[in-house]
Amino acid sequence: MHGTLPAPIHTARDPVSEHGFAVAGAALVADCSGALYWPGERLLVVSDLHLEKGSSFGTRRVFLPPYDTAATLARLVAVVARYQPACVVALGDSFHDGGGPARLAPSDRDTLAALQHGRDWIWIAGNHDPDRPENVGGVAMDVLRRGPLTFRHEPGLQAAAGEIAGHLHPVGRISRRGRVVSRRCFVTDGTRLVAPAFGAYAGGLNIRDRAFARVFPTLGFTAHLMGADRLYAIPAARCV
Amino acid sequence: MDAPANSSLPDVFQRWFAGKGWQPRAHQLALLAQARSGRSSLLIAPTGAGKTLAGFLPSLVELSGFAAEGGVAPRRRLMSTGSDVRREGGLHTLYISPLKALAVDIARNLEQPVAEMKLPVRVETRTGDTPASKRQRQRRDPPDILLTTPEQLALILATADGPYLFGSLRRIVLDELHSLVLSKRGDLLSLDLARLFRLAPQATTVGLSATVAEPDELRRYLVPQRSGEAAMADLVMAEAGAAPDVSMLDTAERLPWAGHSAVHALDEIYALVKSHNTTLIFVNTRSQAERIFQELWQINDDNLPIALHHGSLDVAQRRKVEDAMAAARLRAVVCTSSLDLGVDWGDVDLVINVGAPKGSSRLLQRIGRANHRWDEPSKGILVPANRFEVLECSAAVAAVAENAQDTPPARTGALDVLAQHILGCACGAPFLADDLYAEVIAAAPYADLDRQDFDDAVDFVATGGYALRAYERFAKIRQDAQGRWRIAHPAVAQRYRMNVGTIVEADMLKVRLVRSRVSKAVARGGRILGEVEEYFVETLSPGDTFLFAGEVLRYEALVENEVYVSRATSEDPKVPSYEGGKFPLSTYLAARVRDILADGRAWGALPAQVREWLEIQQWRSQLPAASELLVETFPRAAKHYFVCYPFEGRLAHQTLGMLLTRRLERARLRPLGFVANEYALAVWCLGDVALHLQSGRLSLAELFDQDMLGDDLEAWLAESALMKRTFRACAIIAGLIERRFPGKEKSRREVTMSTDLIYDVLRRHQPDHLLLRAARADAATGLLDLRRLGDMLARVKGHIVHRPLDHVSPLAVPVMLEIGRESVGGEASESLLAEEAEDLVKEAMR
Repeated sequence: MHGTLPAPIHTARDPVSEHGFAVAGAALVADCSGALYWPGERLLVVSDLHLEKGSSFGTRRVFLPPYDTAATLARLVAVVARYQPACVVALGDSFHDGGGPARLAPSDRDTLAALQHGRDWIWIAGNHDPDRPENVGGVAMDVLRRGPLTFRHEPGLQAAAGEIAGHLHPVGRISRRGRVVSRRCFVTDGTRLVAPAFGAYAGGLNIRDRAFARVFPTLGFTAHLMGADRLYAIPAARCV
Repeated sequence: MDAPANSSLPDVFQRWFAGKGWQPRAHQLALLAQARSGRSSLLIAPTGAGKTLAGFLPSLVELSGFAAEGGVAPRRRLMSTGSDVRREGGLHTLYISPLKALAVDIARNLEQPVAEMKLPVRVETRTGDTPASKRQRQRRDPPDILLTTPEQLALILATADGPYLFGSLRRIVLDELHSLVLSKRGDLLSLDLARLFRLAPQATTVGLSATVAEPDELRRYLVPQRSGEAAMADLVMAEAGAAPDVSMLDTAERLPWAGHSAVHALDEIYALVKSHNTTLIFVNTRSQAERIFQELWQINDDNLPIALHHGSLDVAQRRKVEDAMAAARLRAVVCTSSLDLGVDWGDVDLVINVGAPKGSSRLLQRIGRANHRWDEPSKGILVPANRFEVLECSAAVAAVAENAQDTPPARTGALDVLAQHILGCACGAPFLADDLYAEVIAAAPYADLDRQDFDDAVDFVATGGYALRAYERFAKIRQDAQGRWRIAHPAVAQRYRMNVGTIVEADMLKVRLVRSRVSKAVARGGRILGEVEEYFVETLSPGDTFLFAGEVLRYEALVENEVYVSRATSEDPKVPSYEGGKFPLSTYLAARVRDILADGRAWGALPAQVREWLEIQQWRSQLPAASELLVETFPRAAKHYFVCYPFEGRLAHQTLGMLLTRRLERARLRPLGFVANEYALAVWCLGDVALHLQSGRLSLAELFDQDMLGDDLEAWLAESALMKRTFRACAIIAGLIERRFPGKEKSRREVTMSTDLIYDVLRRHQPDHLLLRAARADAATGLLDLRRLGDMLARVKGHIVHRPLDHVSPLAVPVMLEIGRESVGGEASESLLAEEAEDLVKEAMR
């Protein structure tokens, strides 16, 4: 079933978010929503949606506001409307657990179907959702290779040129004039990239954490911190 | 109230008093008479007036079995326990203290008369430290008198034992009531009291309190409320002790314009310590305590035993200081509000209060800690750290002379606490909503609770209270066939017990002393020195130094939620900017300070340097009348400054700063930042504020219009980190987020992260949710101090005076000096990010 696409949400200041960089020679655009766009292939990447995280906690009697899926999808609707991609790649951990797809509220299911209408949709497997999600459309894959780029959920242990991954939920933190600002961010050294989590309830991991040292052995990488309507490129070494 | 004759006291007690060479005090006998006629009472007594003994005397007399005829019949049935003969029946007296340590000390003090009079009375404590086996035994075989804390009471009431344990209760003694009722702990305790009123309708209450501004509020707290009328406990006033001897240090040194360290007066403070037996040196923040302690030791040529005490220090360390104090082995302790309450120390003969006293009631209590013999005056000396603080100290000295109190008004019961209580009730026994509602509104803070709010809280506990009914299948509590709410699974009760309480600390990290990093690896092990706020650590880089636990420490690394530090040789540490212990200036003192400023005749009592400062201000600019708000504008270094003097405390000023900059931004004056202190607020802009005001393009009336608390506030709250912190506390107390799960403690860092995300989602999708309502209510009095800001805007309406100046005025100097010292306010996150990114550009172009 295909519904119509809900109208994108317009904020007071409509984001102008062209923030480009290259990874393994591919020219990419980071969007301040947390999505990554590859104009050459009209391909949009969103990582770690963690849909139905709220309801997952609910089964353990922790009653988080059950609006996270709707909130995440609404932001996705807005960014899809902006770029009109031919293909959307959900980079793994798209659902918080294996039961997630079955718990989708009917309205959220409709939104998802409308998003998928007229374009390719690829669910990359993640550690939270290793199995193919049922009844949510799209194609399931472990890894997608296209041109110089390889899309997978967890960053590989070897230096992998052209790898676009998620999983780590990078957050960059700066300290200035006695105040600390911390934001989700893209991290890249020009060879590979880790995308921020897109999900409303996805937490974050400081890019100075050990886990990132396995992906970027030196601090010679850049964090692109998500601002209200633009991104800020800050060298990892200056993050705290 | 007439004191009954001494003869009302049983012989054994009379002999005991006589043996000590004491006379029972009038208020002690009055409380005895109150108890005999079955009446609840609030006892207001200064420190050192034998308040605790007064509270327990009726219980001891009753339990001794010698109650006079006509009194409450003592329970006479005896039963053999094998080795002893005991009275049958349960608990007689329940004592609640805000401090665990206080409960333990009171028990010790109580055992003395019990032993000396050989009374058949068993006294026991129950705190978080009581072993499980003892708690078990207390449930089967309760003592006569149980001393405990509000959290422990909530825990007992959330078991099936409540009715059995408390059914026999005759008396409830609430110590330090003035301090308990000011917080959410007081809300929780009031709900537990309401439960006790129902379980033990025969019990009467005794509240023990220092002097407060509105005793009626405490009197209501002590008895069940009925709709339409305010029931109150009787008031018993102890004879006032000798008036305290309070003065302001008349320094020979130059008074600083700003800052809080009072370093200028150290030699004078040290001389005072030397000339007294034992001195308590109170300061307002933990970082001040560290600084003063450090500096005092620098000049401590006589090696006097001077110790440090504040809430961040390790508990064992604090206990050591307290024990040394009790044993009279110390000459001085530098301390924060960590010693505002607590056990009496006889030997303190001087209290020094460094910095602004912030409120007259707090000051009176601190000074009361000197000389606990109530008939001799306590001696207190105020040491202002800057010129504005001189005004505040001088207002406080006058207030103390009049014994004027400024305790905050009574609380309206918080909804998050109610939610926690409702779950606790369900853990104890199934309940009908109608019954529990009737019980809850008997608690004074909840007397005006709406039925709808109550039902929302029940719904929140059951399934989260969401418009989208997503969690019905997983409900924590659900209704049975009779309509009674009961817990859905025993695990719910287990989790409730692990998370009970209303104290939500800031995110704290343990500080561990390690050897300095020699190789790359940081040595493990080493002693825990205490805890610091996580946000402070976030601003440190390895190698930075700071003062903590009386030492200069070097930050090494953050390892699994512990801050590794080593001893540093640096002399110039980066002082911790703990928030801990910062109190806002009380409304009452603020009004007095405004009066002093406005009335030139009052200046005669001020030190000459301060008088001169005000006179120059008068000449250069002006001083506001008591009802006015003065706004000064002046250009400085290519920026236009806008300074106002509301005297409403730092929190309210910060909120005002946030809202004013939004408005100045809209007026295209391009504000760059602001800084607030206790007395004033300074905003700087690129646009010419003075010109806009003079030409009428900007109106002060509109700028300070009360409508800023409407849309502007809402828009700002969406992003405010302070609001998120407030929400987090509510979410934890209400049980949305549990800090502790069976088997593991959820990392506090995880909790912080997720509550921010929850706040964002909830605010967008259900802005009227119970937790957001609770958070807004907290914001009104808490970190944002909205109520005070609102009152101020109403007060100054039509009384705002603009004074355009060529350059900075004397009155503005203190707040201007804070620029660069205090972190600059504003929701400047974006601009900080931009600066950081631009720095890079500059570097690249160099």
